[in-house]
Order: sequence, then structure tokens, then C-alpha cells
Amino acid sequence: MSEEKKIVGFEAPIYFKYSYTAGGATTLFLKKLVEGRIVGQRCPVCQGVYVPPRGSCPRDGVATEEEVEVAHTGTVESFTINYIPIPDGAVDPPFVSANIVLDGADLSFMHLISGIPHNQVRIGMRVKALWKPQDEWKPSMTNILYFEPLDEPDIDIDTLWDKYKNA
Amino acid sequence: MSLILILILFGINTKMRKVGVVGYEQTPMLRDAGAQNEVELIMSVVHKVLKNLNITQRDIDFTCSGSCDYLQGVSFAFVDGLNAVSAVPPIKESHVEMDAAWALYEAWLKIQSGQAEIALVYGFGKSSPGEIREILSLQLDPYYMSPLWPDSVSIAALQARLLLEKGIVTEEEMACVVQESRRNALNNPNAQLSGDFSLDDLISEPYFVSPLKKHDCSPITDGASVMVIASEEKAKELHKCPAYINGFDHRIETGQIGMRDLTISTSVEISAKELNLDSKNIQVAELHAPFSHQQLILKKALNLSDNVVINQSGGPLAGNIVMTAGLDRIGAIFQQLQFNSIHCGLAHATSGPCLQQNMLVLLEDS
Repeated sequence: MSEEKKIVGFEAPIYFKYSYTAGGATTLFLKKLVEGRIVGQRCPVCQGVYVPPRGSCPRDGVATEEEVEVAHTGTVESFTINYIPIPDGAVDPPFVSANIVLDGADLSFMHLISGIPHNQVRIGMRVKALWKPQDEWKPSMTNILYFEPLDEPDIDIDTLWDKYKNA
Repeated sequence: MSLILILILFGINTKMRKVGVVGYEQTPMLRDAGAQNEVELIMSVVHKVLKNLNITQRDIDFTCSGSCDYLQGVSFAFVDGLNAVSAVPPIKESHVEMDAAWALYEAWLKIQSGQAEIALVYGFGKSSPGEIREILSLQLDPYYMSPLWPDSVSIAALQARLLLEKGIVTEEEMACVVQESRRNALNNPNAQLSGDFSLDDLISEPYFVSPLKKHDCSPITDGASVMVIASEEKAKELHKCPAYINGFDHRIETGQIGMRDLTISTSVEISAKELNLDSKNIQVAELHAPFSHQQLILKKALNLSDNVVINQSGGPLAGNIVMTAGLDRIGAIFQQLQFNSIHCGLAHATSGPCLQQNMLVLLEDS
């Protein structure tokens, strides 16, 4: 007598196609990246500058319409050393990803840190964007290869975080 | 078990708080809202409703939204929606992966339980970017039905075929529903589809998914809506003519469409009895029927007389913002109650295939 074969699963794949709409703010940001510029938006109420812009300020629930170009330099707010490979294999582990606040912005975003031994990366460290060659620019965050150290004194962490309290 | 307990508790404590609708706004219903994203759509109506009531998000005790992440194809898209309201410092907030009419139900319960006095409810949906007919297949039974990908229009067509073959409705009656919807929609500035069409013209249109013609199906629509409700005391402060929610009933039938009679709506019949609708002088009704034949099923289940004006806004056939089309029915009744001659209206919201879930909301001006 053969043993009853149990069904433990079945495949029901789901595929959907979407025509994704980035929205006004993200479209602006991506277009400016093609020009090698980093552009955010300012909240008319709290005056906070969002980079990348989302089109609205979640704190005040209003549209952010004023465009603000920010510097390509910034400060490391936090970082991690990653030992796990990422799906597209664009970067070999270990690599450093960091939350970076650009000068002129009030919100950090994530990018890579390189050009420095991993054990020397620190919170408050000053960094600047290293861009790909101009002929490779497209509407993508990958136009910036990574952020590399800037020869400037570190920013005191409390000063950095005061920004949030005051904003 | 806990559900039974809740029902008993409600049975004992029959003293319900009176809650009124005090504000409602809807974006224009568009086939394609283009580059406007969901947050931008929601923000436009939230700002308008708060401004009209002369309040801010700080006056809102509870915020609840209804939406479906599959429409955007983005996980946790509903959290992004919160960027449209002022949610910092943190607010009390919730979400239902349902039509915003169910978000209203949650907000209403919050006020009933004394945890809120004023609540804001919003719903949003852009159906244009994705494949809405196929996306709706995901609400079906995941083992037996979803893998076959029966789309929403095909399933509704099965129901329409049953009605026609059994002689319960005629194609002419279905065309009448469409004709009336298009005509009523001429007075609705937000409507997507409107116009004056002859019955002959409608009947001679080709089949889309037989026996349904394209005009028997609600259109693909982008948009957002918002509603503010409040306890009686607050409602009187905020609005000169609130629409009081004097009845709320929600029932669910089996999701297996082969296991129920698709030509009737048992859940609506029970709800109508529960709300004692036959004793009410209902003047206007807004029925969430995404397909013309479903309006005929609902009218019968509700035992509505021919004097009742159905879907004065044009209803879902004139524009169907998936995930807020149910709330829009309630909003439309709120707007109709602003006229001195209208005192009592009924709103209906549905969810699932072939009117699987139904909610009735009885609204009165006192």
C-alpha cells in the first residue's frame, strides 16, 4: 500500500503591471538629478526642507511647493556596516550605508559611504557626493556613486539633532 | 465568541450616541488623474473640508482611512496616505483595507465608545495605473477561484446572466438604470460620465462581457473623498444641518459565489428589516451598485418604492472611485439632506464580488 501523498503547497503566481506615477515632487527631484543637481522642497509652515521631496509635509499636512537646491555636502547622522549582499549585487559586502543630512536639508536620506576604511566612519563625519561621469547620468539616485569623506572637522552630534527639535 | 459578546452588549445597552455627518468633499472623478499622486488627491479634499468647518487636524480626535495597496502596487501605501494629514505630533489613527464606508463605521464606533467626539474619514484610489479588473480577483477565494483569474466584470456578468435567464430583470430595465444614472450625473460637477441617452441607443450598444455592455459597468476612476462626523453636541456646533446616522447595519455573505443565490441580496434584506426601513419615509437613496443589474437587485431587497429617488448623484456608473465609492454614497445623501424638502435618506455600500458584503446607513436631518 503506497503512502498517501500529502499536498503541502501549490503555486499561484501573481503578476501585475502598473503605470507608476511618481507625483510632482518626485518627478522634479529625478529631473534635477539628470542635470547633476539635488533639489528638495520647503514646507511653508515649519520651513523644513525635504530632500528628497515628497510633495507634502507630514508634520503640517500641507503641500511643499517651493523648490530648494541643496549642497552636495552633508553630515553622517547614522551608519551601519553591512555584511549581507544586496539583490542586484551592485556593491560587494562589506559596505557602509549611512543616513546623510545634506547641507541645507532638514531630513536625512540613505546612501553609501566609501573612500575611507570602514572602522573610521563615524556619526558627525562630513561627507560629499561622488558623482558618476556625466554621460551616465539618468533620473536615478545611482547617479551618485557614494559619499566620500570631506576634510572638515566633525559636527557635534547634539548640534545636528537640535535641528529636529527646532524645526 | 467575542463577536457574540459584543452583540449581547449592544443588545443590552441600546442607548446609542447620536452621531452626525458634518462635512464631505470629493475630488472630481477622473478616468486618469495623471501625475497627481494619491497624497496630492487626498490633501486637496482634506484641506477643503477642514477649512469649511473652520477646524484643524488638532481638533480631530480620530482619523481613519480606507484604501487598497494593490491599486498602487506599493506595500503599506496607506501609510504614505497619512502624509496628506498633519500627523506630527502623532495622532490617533487607523486604516481599513476596505472601502472608506467601513472606515466610517470604525470611526462611528470610536465615537459610540466615547473615545472620540470628532472623527475624520478619508478614502482614496487611483485605479488607472493598474489592471483593476484583475486586481479585484485577489479578493476571491485563494485556493479555488483566484488561481483561475476570473475578473470582476466576468463575475458580475455571470450574475447578470442569471437574472436575465430567470426573467427577474430585462436588458431594457438595465438600460433604464444606465439612462437615469447618466441623466442624474448631468447635475453632478464631479461626475465622470453623464449625458442624455435614448434607451434605443443604449440597448443597441455592443456587448462588452455578455450580457453586460460597457455602460452597465462602472468606469475606471481616480479620486479621493473625505468625511467628518461628530457626536450630536459637536455636530450642532460645527454645522447648521448635520445628517444624523440613525441606523448602521453591515452584513457579510459567503465569498463563494456558487454557494448563494446571486439573484437576490439576503444580507440587504436582513439589514433593511433590522433598520426597520419599511416604517421610514425614505425620500432618497444612494446605492453602491458597480453594475447596472445590481442596482435592480438592491432596489428589490430594500423594497424601495418608485417614489424614492435613486442615485441622484449618478451613482457608481457615473464615476467609481474604488475604495471610496461606498463612502461617496453616504456623502451624496449628506449633500441631498441639505435641501429643506429632504429629511430622510438611505446610503448603501458594498464590498466583494456580486454584492457579497453590504452596509446600510440611514441618514436623517434630526
